[in-house]
Amino acid sequence: MAEAQIFHDHEADKGHTAKWWMGRVAIYGVLFLWTVICLFPIYWTITTSFKMAPNVMQGHLVPFVDFEPRWRGWESLGLSPRLIGQESTVREEFIKRFTNSAITAVSASTLAVILGSMAAYGLSRFRYRFGFMRNPDISFFFLSQLILPPVVLALPFLVLYKELALLDTRIGLILLYTLTVLPIVIWIMRDQFASIPVELEEAALVDGLSIWGAFVTIVLPIALPGMVAAFILSLVLTWNEYFFAALLTSTDAKTLPVMVASQTGSQGINWWSMAALSTAAILPLIVIGILLERYIIKGMAAGAVK
Amino acid sequence: MSTQGDLLHVVTSDAISPERRRLGKTLIWGSFGVMVAVFVVLGLSEAGRIGMEFATWRPALYAYLFWATCLCIAQVVLYGEQGKRSLFILPATLFVVAMVVFPLIFALGIAFSNWNLSSPDGRQFNGLDNVRQMWGDPFYWNALKNMVYYTLAILVEYAIAFGLALILASQIKARKFFRVAFLMPLMLSPVAVSWMVGKSMLEIRFGPISRLARWLGWDRPSFFGDPEIARAMIMMMDAWTFIPFMMIMLLAGLQAIPKEVQEAARVDGASGWRGFWEVTFPLMLPVSITAILIRIIFKLKLADVVINVTSGGPGGATDTVTSFIFREYRDRSNVGYGTLLAIVYLLLIVIAITVFMKLVDRWMNPRY
Repeated sequence: MAEAQIFHDHEADKGHTAKWWMGRVAIYGVLFLWTVICLFPIYWTITTSFKMAPNVMQGHLVPFVDFEPRWRGWESLGLSPRLIGQESTVREEFIKRFTNSAITAVSASTLAVILGSMAAYGLSRFRYRFGFMRNPDISFFFLSQLILPPVVLALPFLVLYKELALLDTRIGLILLYTLTVLPIVIWIMRDQFASIPVELEEAALVDGLSIWGAFVTIVLPIALPGMVAAFILSLVLTWNEYFFAALLTSTDAKTLPVMVASQTGSQGINWWSMAALSTAAILPLIVIGILLERYIIKGMAAGAVK
Repeated sequence: MSTQGDLLHVVTSDAISPERRRLGKTLIWGSFGVMVAVFVVLGLSEAGRIGMEFATWRPALYAYLFWATCLCIAQVVLYGEQGKRSLFILPATLFVVAMVVFPLIFALGIAFSNWNLSSPDGRQFNGLDNVRQMWGDPFYWNALKNMVYYTLAILVEYAIAFGLALILASQIKARKFFRVAFLMPLMLSPVAVSWMVGKSMLEIRFGPISRLARWLGWDRPSFFGDPEIARAMIMMMDAWTFIPFMMIMLLAGLQAIPKEVQEAARVDGASGWRGFWEVTFPLMLPVSITAILIRIIFKLKLADVVINVTSGGPGGATDTVTSFIFREYRDRSNVGYGTLLAIVYLLLIVIAITVFMKLVDRWMNPRY
């Protein structure tokens, strides 16, 4: 091949390739370093859940090579192959917390996406006037909720929920979570609707649909990717929420993060069971992150590019 | 976008009869009257003026829902097709008003009272006592000072996120893998992170990071003993979860810059470094400011990691305002003082963010 080569690189360009290679090595070095920084804690948690006390103390890292994986950590949650068929109070407790988290996160995200999409569509298509509030003011009113720190609402809600008998109920949490993610949903969906040409709906109106008919049958299907993005972002935020849950729930509606947090305090250094619990708490979102990464990125990019 | 008139016009020939108009008005005011009546009855029974006993204020919630529903229906009854437009925005507005505006007004009432939830005395108005207590509370001012440090750490996060975004936007193999891997920390709950990193990996005897530190020559690593180091550790854990967020926003911004601009710069002889500072960076300014602003907003809510790893220690060095108020409530179950602190915090945030946005605006659009 070398003999058949017609074009030769100039000497000056060859010097350039060495520099190019150096750059490549540096870039991939940074990439791998950061990958390790991002993934090692996850790897550490998952492997620790299969460790025994000596493995932890001797700092074993690689399963099967350094240490023999055991189900001890998962047994403390009642989730090992040996215990899965038996009755287990710990597992019931865990499943209860898990369902609480799942129900609150999914319902709050759904509610926020429904309310937020409607509001965002209205704001992107019509001009409103509520007293002195024009469209930009209304948009600002919704988005400014993002600034509100949860702690401002936390104590008043504690008292209000006590009066309304909503303390320690899922409904109470769902309402609050909806509120916290609503601005983000509106932000993403406003962007989404602004990119859909109005002519589509005009054509639908001419063909005899009402505005709500056009919204549901024409606009929503087109805006679906944006809605999925908003839904998943809301899901991530609500699944991980700790502050409100720690204040407003005690026994019935306690969510998974609160359970994880309460274990860290009480049980000294029972690492394997803590690791199993943490793994179980983060696993659903890791799966979602890997499968639906596209939508998460789309959602977060919505605000960045106007 | 124009500021006048709808983008989407609705043309209908609704003839709203006077009866229909009256029906709509009746719906709104009738249901409003019902709501007011429910509130009055509940208030009176709370005060013990009438014989009826209610266990909770739940009826008030139902009354509000009833009024909200009637208000929505009345829009269509009153304005026909035109009224259906406001149906888009009304539910969200009513929801936010009920969940934010009303509790905030309520919070103002609580803030100036001494209200210990575990004592039977109930609420006692105590005027400006809470303000005086706040003025002399060194831990609150300390927490506010910490928030300034935490917020300044965003600049470092921004630099790292920008670097990673630049690399991800360049010509690399397996970009999707790296993007997914870099995104992972954002998916994890802060509570799980505080155990995974704060309590186990940074554990002094067996944690892998302590082993690494010992191997690197730090004899007795202690991550949460020294105030400065403890604060830096909290910053790092928080940065670890949120750098992906800024990175993704910046990446989206980088990908939206037309390739031609950078090519033109290269043709004009700008080297990589100069090309970055004189072309890419200025073009990225609007995105950067949005990303930083959102990051600041999230940073000001920082609490979960602090509550779970250090609970504010050592000596309040890692306290955030939120975690401080959380502990204040946990220890003394006094909602009055905590609410006042929170409201003052909110005011400071609103002022700071307004000033920040004004400065940015002045800087981005200079008036000569």
